Amino acid sequence: MAKVTIDGIEVEVADGTTILNAARQIGGEVVPPAMCYYSTLKDTGGKCRVCLVKVTQGSAKDPRPMPKLVASCRTPVMDGMVVQNITSPEVLEARKGVVEFLLLNHPLDCPVCDQAGECDLQNLSYEHGVGKTRYEEDRRTFEKIDIGDKIKLHMTRCILCYRCTFVADQLTNERVHGVLNRGDASEISTYIEKAVDNDFSGNMIDVCPVGALTDKTFRFKSRVWFTKPLDAHRNCDKCCGKVVLWTKGDDVLRVSARKDQFNEVKEYICNECRYDHKDMKDWTVEGPRHIDRHSVISQNHYEKIDMQKLKLDIDRQLTFQKGKQLPETTNS
Amino acid sequence: MGRQILLEHINVPGINTFDVYRKHGGYASVEKALKTMTPDEVTEEVKKSGLRGRGGAGFPAGMKWSFLDRKSEKPRYLVCNADESEPGTFKDRYLMERIPHVLIEGMITSSYALGAKTSYIYVRGEYMYVIRILEQAIQEAYAKGFLGKNILGTDYSLDLYVQPGGGAYICGEETALLESLEGKRGNPRLKPPFPAVAGLYASPTVVNNVETIAAVCSIVNLGGDEYAKIGIGKSTGTKLISASGHINKPGVYEIELGLPVEEFIYSDQYCGGIWKGRKMKAVVAGGSSVPILPTELILKTAKGEPRLMTYESLSDGGFVSGTMLGSGGFIVMDETSCIVRNLWTFTRFYHHESCGQCSPCREGTGWMEKVLHRIEHGHGHEGDIDLLVDVAKKIEGNTICPLGDAAAWPVASAIRHFREEFEYHVRYPEKVKNPKHFELEPFVPASALATV
Repeated sequence: MAKVTIDGIEVEVADGTTILNAARQIGGEVVPPAMCYYSTLKDTGGKCRVCLVKVTQGSAKDPRPMPKLVASCRTPVMDGMVVQNITSPEVLEARKGVVEFLLLNHPLDCPVCDQAGECDLQNLSYEHGVGKTRYEEDRRTFEKIDIGDKIKLHMTRCILCYRCTFVADQLTNERVHGVLNRGDASEISTYIEKAVDNDFSGNMIDVCPVGALTDKTFRFKSRVWFTKPLDAHRNCDKCCGKVVLWTKGDDVLRVSARKDQFNEVKEYICNECRYDHKDMKDWTVEGPRHIDRHSVISQNHYEKIDMQKLKLDIDRQLTFQKGKQLPETTNS
Repeated sequence: MGRQILLEHINVPGINTFDVYRKHGGYASVEKALKTMTPDEVTEEVKKSGLRGRGGAGFPAGMKWSFLDRKSEKPRYLVCNADESEPGTFKDRYLMERIPHVLIEGMITSSYALGAKTSYIYVRGEYMYVIRILEQAIQEAYAKGFLGKNILGTDYSLDLYVQPGGGAYICGEETALLESLEGKRGNPRLKPPFPAVAGLYASPTVVNNVETIAAVCSIVNLGGDEYAKIGIGKSTGTKLISASGHINKPGVYEIELGLPVEEFIYSDQYCGGIWKGRKMKAVVAGGSSVPILPTELILKTAKGEPRLMTYESLSDGGFVSGTMLGSGGFIVMDETSCIVRNLWTFTRFYHHESCGQCSPCREGTGWMEKVLHRIEHGHGHEGDIDLLVDVAKKIEGNTICPLGDAAAWPVASAIRHFREEFEYHVRYPEKVKNPKHFELEPFVPASALATV
């Protein structure tokens, strides 16, 4: 076990845990954002640089600070490590810079993008971005292509997180797409159009943090915040069968895997569940999906407060704050 | 002329063949090491010599060798980084082209010291003719029993391969080189783990520059202590400098570290002064990635001491008034050269060579290039200069590998030392439309901006 202090909050985690995952155990504001790291995909992370944090004390044995900001998603904690995330102006400045870089060539076509409302980049820019761009030149553009019969690729929107290539490597038998070219000309592509065809390829859509990979069966059907998400399941021999149905009335518009609070899929689903069962009759509905009330999808329709969960949240906060006074709650 | 070690026999006819090279004392270090020394003793000599990596970072080679995970049961590898792509650096090419056997000899001795049974020389794809020269030399070494099974009758065996790269600057970064060598896309890896623990095929690996490995021969021959007597302080031995730009005698020079910069530029033994009788404006002392320095700061440090060709003296003053020895790509610019145009060229290179893996470098290098293109072609505006400084600052230190830093440092330093020239470009767009504008109308800072 290793004791690590992140933004003044101490937490004890297993050896080999990354700084990011230690922060996730604390939860709340101190969790660095992550655009390329994905907990259920091996070797992801380190590329987008939004999770950079400052290590002010390397470990109890060697208290020297680390010379540069480090990618928290790939740096393991050491016993006695002291990390600054939101308490370091340097980190916030660097993060602002990275968000600016990510948006440099991003088309910002959120009004017509299917990902809007559940887009990690959108959330990130709300928090760390600025209203105006300093970039005057033309943005790079690519043609939209079909990389499978059910997936549309808008390379223009891609931030090159490499997550979808890891999905193809780790969930499917054969990877047929990858990164071509280099620098800001690099693109996710297949050599042969519509080449992506296997049972778990649909998960590439779920792991994509932006609207680069979208579900062709859902494109332009509805804004996500006009749909009602329901937890549902079915007996599937290929996958866990646990999904979220995005419905409008009795129509199932989209089926996706369930994402946790960090927007990550823990249990992947197969293409059959995703594309071939868009009928309420095929599913056992468990109830409405919990949507974070800050999410635009919730459209201010707050679900009833789960008193048990609230108590858990408060207890957890109290344990970590160790008797520090909590900020006053305001009724919103 | 100072002491010549690597280039001592460079002008001997036929030195590229095994027989002539052997006649001039070649492969002595292999005989000495394999027959009379243990691998650890060789490593110890390299440590004692104080040899620092010649590829750019200047990390002590002996220390790098001692980090190699010797407890691992996996095979160990030595990889020679001959992916010399830094603009302004061409010393490795010269060495491999003229005396390929010095590299082969160094590889055998170093592999022996590290316990590597297989070693690779990774050469950039553009050096295809050099690859043929090296392969010829390796064949000769195999034929004479210096490579292959039981070298010189000892129980040490080594296989040496040459691997051409695909022509990417990024593959000069050691982990990207290893990825490329494994047959993958040349993206740098995240560190840790360092190659000394998990490098090529996840085995302990040492990656060294051509010149570093070549220097091992003379260290073993002379002895570490003797080698350490050359040079000053922690900068020991000789260094190959690729001198280019507006000088009378461009070329590759072997210098003893500690030579004053002024002597190097103006002495007839070396660069022979600035061409066409002009004055010097600026020097990029160690390849395009290092900060550019104006004449007054390259000849003397900020404290007024004469600057020497050593790792320490060149970096005296940090990045505020210093630079780095880097890989020894010494680019001299005369008074008619345009710093903005030169910087734009450098930045264009980094934009083209960024691997695209991490966002600051992928997006930032392209952005800087576009802004500099604008300024140089007379479309810049006030605020662009500060924008460049800010973008460079946001790239520096936030990337996976040093390419981001390498792209940011020249921009930051050029603006730090030559800001007036950038302002001139922004304020007089008509005057800078001609690419040779400073040749037609030399830049005089005070009068050029006085009217504004």
